[in-house]
Amino acid sequence: MTQTTDTAPEGATMTGRSGTDATDEGSGGRRAAGRRHGPAAGRTRSWRDSPLRRITPWLFLAAPLALLITFTCVPVASMISYSFTDWDGVSPDRENVGFDNYVRIFTRPELFRVFFVSGYYLAASVVQIVVALYFAVILSFNLRFRNFFKGILFFPYLINGVAIGFVFLYFFQDGGTLDSVLSLLGVSTDHAWLGDPTSANVSLAGVSVWRFTGLNFVLFLGAIQSVPGELYEAAELDGAGKWKQFRHIIAPSIKPVISLSAILAISGSLSVFEIPYIMTGGATGTQTFVIQTIKLAFQFNKTGLASAAAVVLLLIILLITWIQRRLVPDDKVDLV
Amino acid sequence: MGNKKTTAFSGAVLAAVMLTLPACGGGGGGATGEVAAPPSDPKEVSGEIKVLTQRTDLVQSGALQEYAAEFNKVYPNVKVTFDGITDYEGEVKIRMNTSNYGDVLLIPGAVAKNDYPKFFAPLGTAEELSKYRFSDKAEVDGKVYGVAQFGTANGFVYNKKLWRRAGVTEWPKTPDAFLAGLKAIEEKTGATPYYTNFKDGWPLVQWTNNLGVVGCDAQAGNALAGPVSPWKAGGELNTTDGLLYDIVKQGLSEKDPTTTNWETSKALLGEGEIATMMLGSWSITQMRDAAKKAGGEASDIGFMPFPVQKDGKHCAALVSDYQQAVSIHSHNKPAARAWVDWFTEKSGFAEKEGVVSAVKSAPMPATLQDFVDNDVTFFDRSEAKTAAVNDIDEAAEIGLNKQDYRQKLIDTARGAAKGSLQDFFADLDKRWDEAAKTAGS
Repeated sequence: MTQTTDTAPEGATMTGRSGTDATDEGSGGRRAAGRRHGPAAGRTRSWRDSPLRRITPWLFLAAPLALLITFTCVPVASMISYSFTDWDGVSPDRENVGFDNYVRIFTRPELFRVFFVSGYYLAASVVQIVVALYFAVILSFNLRFRNFFKGILFFPYLINGVAIGFVFLYFFQDGGTLDSVLSLLGVSTDHAWLGDPTSANVSLAGVSVWRFTGLNFVLFLGAIQSVPGELYEAAELDGAGKWKQFRHIIAPSIKPVISLSAILAISGSLSVFEIPYIMTGGATGTQTFVIQTIKLAFQFNKTGLASAAAVVLLLIILLITWIQRRLVPDDKVDLV
Repeated sequence: MGNKKTTAFSGAVLAAVMLTLPACGGGGGGATGEVAAPPSDPKEVSGEIKVLTQRTDLVQSGALQEYAAEFNKVYPNVKVTFDGITDYEGEVKIRMNTSNYGDVLLIPGAVAKNDYPKFFAPLGTAEELSKYRFSDKAEVDGKVYGVAQFGTANGFVYNKKLWRRAGVTEWPKTPDAFLAGLKAIEEKTGATPYYTNFKDGWPLVQWTNNLGVVGCDAQAGNALAGPVSPWKAGGELNTTDGLLYDIVKQGLSEKDPTTTNWETSKALLGEGEIATMMLGSWSITQMRDAAKKAGGEASDIGFMPFPVQKDGKHCAALVSDYQQAVSIHSHNKPAARAWVDWFTEKSGFAEKEGVVSAVKSAPMPATLQDFVDNDVTFFDRSEAKTAAVNDIDEAAEIGLNKQDYRQKLIDTARGAAKGSLQDFFADLDKRWDEAAKTAGS
C-alpha cells in the first residue's frame, strides 16, 4: 500500500509540473526528471535565470525570517554571549569571564536539586498522556455530543496561563472551590493544599494536567482520524472488538504522535514555569529550574550566571531528546 | 547556485546578529558630569519632561496630573508628563540599557550604586543636599545622585479594637509580651492575630526595614558590610526574624499562608478579622480607607513600634522610599531638577500620603502622631554602605530585600520545610560570611 500511495500523487505532480515549472528547484533528481518533459523549458529560461526569480522564495520568507531572527535568534545569541560575562543586567560595563559561570553552575549541586520537582510534573504528564489518549480514542468513535466533549477537553488549553494560575489559587484556597466541592460530597477537610511541598507540587502538577490534556488530546485525535475508515470496517468484519481495533490499528498508527508527546512531556516538565511561578512563586519547595534561573537573573542580578543556567537547561533538553530518539527511533508507520 | 545564495544570506544574518549584539549593551554612553542644578529663575526654565513612576493608581486617578498643574503655577513653561509602570523594577531596569528612560525616574534597586554616575546626572554635593534625609543612600564620591521621595517609619499596623478586647492597652515592650498579646487575641476574639501575606511576599520584606530597631542603632545597616554573621544570637536580624518565626511557630498567624491576598487583607484588618500586620507607616492611610469601606472607623487602625525598648524607649527606623534621580540623557535637566525639588519640598505629597517628608525640617505626619506622643525615638538609618551590603547579599543569594528567605523561614516554622531555626540562621550566617569574603575583595 505504501508503494501505491506514494507513486500515484507523484505522477500527478509530474504532469502538473511541466506547466508550472517556475516553482520547482533545489529538491533534486525527481524534479529534474520533470524538466525533461519540457518544450516549456526553453520558453521559461530567461525567467528562471532572472534575479527576481531567485529572490522570490526569500521574499516570501522575509516576514517569518525577520520575526524569527529578531525574536528568537538574536535573543538566544545575546543570551549565549551574556553567559560568558559577569553582567548584572543593568550596568553598561561587563567583563568577559570565559567559562566561569558554567564552572560555577556545575560546582553547585544544589542548583540541580530543583529537578526533583520536575519529577512530579513528569509523573503528571504520564497521567496526562493516558487520559488524553483515552478520550481521543473514545471520541473518535461515533458518540452523542462528541463535538461538545471535544470542545470541553480542548478549552483549558486556550486559556491564558496566568489566568489559570489565578483561578486555581482560589480553587485551592482554604474554604475555596475544592474544599466546597469536597464538602458537598460529604468530605470535610482542613488540608492546606499548597501548604506542604508534596501536596503543593501534586496540586500544581494537577493544574498542569488540566491545562495541557487538551493539547495532547487534539494531537492524538488528529492522528487517529487520519486512519482510513476502511481499516476499522475491515477489522470489524474480521470480528475485532474496540480494544483490538485500538491495539492493532490505532496504537501503531499514532506511534509518532505518542513519541512526540513524550518528548514534549519531558522537555515541558524540565522547564515548568508559569503555573508554579504565579501560584506559589516557587515558595514551599515548588521551585523549578526556570524559576530558579529567573530569580538568579532578576533578584540577585546575576544575569551572566542565569544565562549560563538557561544554556545548560537547553543542552540538557537537547541531550535527553537525542537519547530518547536513539532509544525509540521514529519508524515509518506501515499499517498493512 | 542555490547553495551559494544560502551562505550569502546566512552570512548577512550572522553579520546582522553580530552588529546587534554590541548595540544591545551599549546604552550607557555619552556620560558627562554636568550637574542638574536647580534653576535660578522659575520663569526661565522650559521644556518637556517625562516622569517615570510606579504609582499607576495615581496616574490613572489623575492625582499626579493635579500635582503637575500646581507645579506649572510656579514653572509655567515646563510640561510634565507621567509614565506609570506596573512592573517598575523589571521594566525600568531593561529600559536603562537604552538612553530612553525618562527625565525623572525612581532609581531601581537593581542598579549598583557605583554605576549611578553612568546613568544619572549629579544633583550636587553631599553638603548642598544635606537638608534631605537619606541623601547618603545615593552619594557616590561626594556627589549625590538621588533625593528620596519620602521616608517611612516601620512598625505593626493593628486593629485597636481587637487588641483592646484582648486586654492589651499598652504597646508590648518585649517580643514575649507581644506574643502573649497575640495569644490573648486568638483566645478572646477568635480573630487571626497576625497576617503574614506570605503569598504576595513583598510584605515580608518590610521586616528588613526594622534593622537597627533593637539597639536603636542608625548604623545597623552599615554594620552588615562584612563577614559579621548577621543572624547571630542577639543580632538585629536574629531578634526580628526570630519574632516572625515564633509568631508562626506558635500558630498565631493565618491558617493557610500559601493563599493569602494583600488586597483582601486590608479589608480584613478593618473588619477585625485580622489583628496585626508588619508594614511601613505608608500603609496607615490605605488601611484607614479600607477600614472605612469595610464599615469600621479610621481610628480603629493604630500603629505600634517593634516590641523592644532601649533605655526605656521604643525606637522606629526611618527608611527611604524610592529615590528620584535625573537621567543623564535628559535634554531638560534644569526642568527635571526643578520637578524633583518641587515634588519633594512643596508638593505636599508626603503629608497627603501620611508619610515622612524627605525634608529634615518638616514635622512628622499625622499618621505617626501616636509615635510622637509616646516619645518613640526616630532614627534615619544610614545607607552609606548599602552598596557593599547589597553586593554581599546578592553574592550570597539570600535577598534581604526579597521575600524568599522569609518564606522559607515561615515554612520552617510551620513544619513545611525541614530543619530548626538554629540551623536555618546558621546557614544564612555561613552564606553571608562566605560571600562577604569574596564580594568584598
